[in-house]
Amino acid sequence: MTIALKLDNLRLAYDTADGMHHVVDGFSLTLEQGEIGCLLGASGCGKTTVLRAVAGFEPVRAGQILLDGQIIATAAFHVAPEHRHVGMVFQDYALFPHLTAADNIAFGLRRWSRADRQARVAAMLELVGLDSAGKSYPHELSGGQQQRIALARALAPKPKLILLDEPFSNLDVDLRERLARDVRAILKASGQTGLLVTHNRPEAYALADYVGTMADGRMLQWDRVENSGQTER
Amino acid sequence: MPSTAPFSSRASLYGETGKTWLSAAIFILLAVLLPVAVLAMLALGGSLQHWLHLVEFVLPQAFVDTVLLLVGVGIGTVFIGTGTAWLVTAYNFPGRRVLVWALLLPLAVPTYIVAFVYLDILHPLGPVQSVIRDMLGYDSPRQFRLPDLRALPGAIFVLTLVLYPYVYLTARAMFATQAANVIEAARTLGCNGRETFYRVALPMARPAIAVGACLVMFEVLNDIGASEFLGVRTLTVSVYTTWITRSDLAGAAQIAVLMLILVVGLVWLEWRGRRRQRYITMHRMRPMQAQSVGGLKGLGLTALCAVPVCLGFIAPAWYLLSETIKHFQTVGGVSAQLLASAGNTVLVAAVATPITIVCGLVIVWTARRVRETTVGNWRSGLRLAGIGYAVPGTVLAIGLLTPLSFLDTGLGIGLNALFGIDSGLLIMGSMTALVVAYTIRFLAIAIGGIDAGLARVPASLEQASRLLGENSTATLWRVHLPLLRPAIVAATLLVFVDAMKELPATLLLRPINFETLSTWLYAEAIRGTYEEGAVAALIIVVIGLLPVILLSRMGWSSER
Repeated sequence: MTIALKLDNLRLAYDTADGMHHVVDGFSLTLEQGEIGCLLGASGCGKTTVLRAVAGFEPVRAGQILLDGQIIATAAFHVAPEHRHVGMVFQDYALFPHLTAADNIAFGLRRWSRADRQARVAAMLELVGLDSAGKSYPHELSGGQQQRIALARALAPKPKLILLDEPFSNLDVDLRERLARDVRAILKASGQTGLLVTHNRPEAYALADYVGTMADGRMLQWDRVENSGQTER
Repeated sequence: MPSTAPFSSRASLYGETGKTWLSAAIFILLAVLLPVAVLAMLALGGSLQHWLHLVEFVLPQAFVDTVLLLVGVGIGTVFIGTGTAWLVTAYNFPGRRVLVWALLLPLAVPTYIVAFVYLDILHPLGPVQSVIRDMLGYDSPRQFRLPDLRALPGAIFVLTLVLYPYVYLTARAMFATQAANVIEAARTLGCNGRETFYRVALPMARPAIAVGACLVMFEVLNDIGASEFLGVRTLTVSVYTTWITRSDLAGAAQIAVLMLILVVGLVWLEWRGRRRQRYITMHRMRPMQAQSVGGLKGLGLTALCAVPVCLGFIAPAWYLLSETIKHFQTVGGVSAQLLASAGNTVLVAAVATPITIVCGLVIVWTARRVRETTVGNWRSGLRLAGIGYAVPGTVLAIGLLTPLSFLDTGLGIGLNALFGIDSGLLIMGSMTALVVAYTIRFLAIAIGGIDAGLARVPASLEQASRLLGENSTATLWRVHLPLLRPAIVAATLLVFVDAMKELPATLLLRPINFETLSTWLYAEAIRGTYEEGAVAALIIVVIGLLPVILLSRMGWSSER
């Protein structure tokens, strides 16, 4: 299998009044093509910062990030987010409120031909099971539907990697695990590599192939779900 | 690795397009700061003799009068603004729902118009004094007359009437949204209404009141019409006459610099007020429950709150309307000159407004990006671009005269050398100078409005757009501009109306024989000919009502 994402000895930090505060230090992981990884940990453990660094919103202070074998970020080099071909589902979904669901999905397809774009939007709506919702505006959709549109939007430009930032935290508890399994099915159906961040253990095991437990900016364990003794899938 | 290691790629975190934005923003910032720098140079360049003359003859009177005017209007507006804001928030009495927004109406009346109106209304031969004489049985102004309005107390009176809404707005916003829980707590601890006000509500609202009072004082410093009509020689009036009648630019600049020192003090006060206010607004609370007051007591409250509305808006508006009707009945129409002035007013405002909005957008968007990529210093630097609203119009105009004339000369020489054209005064001879002045002066409105709109757009929308392949500029175009449309429309309206009302900078920078509605009115009032002034004033007041309506519809969140 080829390696899709490789984080190598990563250090992430932010400036404070008295020097630099290290959020994450000496952090490494690898994720193979088509696999779904999950960073599990309490809030403040640095998991979201890792995700944002992969997306290109946080500077890398040391170490490197490789995507499909290419370096996309080091302390001295930084590929802008729009050139990384990384998709992301945000915690608040971040759907554009002035655009319909279909236009949201088409947002990243501006350089595609009209016909290709329409076909892709239709395929994505079908993939997430919302064929009839294309003309609706985000505020007309339920939380679960908004989340699916956000997933469809992130998948539409065929990114090399998809990031999911606490994607179920705004949903009802009983919806969460079912949706986690749905999302897994959708990602697997499109052969996507994914990296998920959550603080919810059942969610992590329902969705991911690899789970890494994080605490205090360090990875305590990174292993296949089958090997962790929690194979409830 | 040492934790202080420099981080080189941080500035480029969001890609390279930032440099264009940053250069544009810095250009705007320098243009805004230029007049102030020029003033300082002019003032330093002025001879010692000038200073001595100023210190001996002009400054003592002008400075004392200005400070007295500031203090008088400050006290008056704080008293009326805070009092009415508390009454309409804490008590429910007949007519309260109308008064809540009606108390804003005087905002539509510029200071030079309220002075113009009251000079006529309270004239010894005017309607009010005639009625009083009739009631008292006198038949000649020689037997009985009210004290002359044309003095410092008169100026304090009329300025307070139209400026108190600034304090009302900020105080009311504070009372309405922040105080409920705390005030209820005070009640359970045994405070009655009056004690609650003095011990809890007033101390809490003090920063908000200070902000409102500072806005009032900026307006007082800026005012030229009211002070001049009412015979108060303030610093603003001195700047104007020193330049216009004595053609003494260095002298005018020296007085202007003195005013700038006052302005810096006020800006500092305002900044402090806003900072403290932010601290308090961090806890959002539910609106407070008004206490019902019926019967005679309720009617008393109604009357109390209605007085400022009547004096500050209804009386002047009524007067202007009846004078206009009278004018149309006797003359049958308006003169071509008045129509031309109205046309000029709309034209300059219509050119200056979009430029102001675009400059504001550049500043806000750049400040937002800078905020995310480097440490906060640049951001507060860019905020300085909004400083124009604090700089009085005459001061701004004096600061602009030199650089703009210089530019004119340069352009003239250049065009002559290149194309052999005698261009004349391209900038000072056209309305370009006015457009520049309006843009600098009202940039803060554009910045404030657009920034408030942008603050409501979640950061994740921008990040989503970036990850979907759009750079920052494309993101602004495809995501933020559509979402900012209401904020931009509101800011456009506010800038347009303020540009139409502007008097002091217009007086100094307009081309020869170029009149706007406000300068037309000014000329009429100075000449003492009131024929068409009322028509011009009525047009300005009616247009001035638009932002008041907007404000009352937006609720209370808006501040300048």
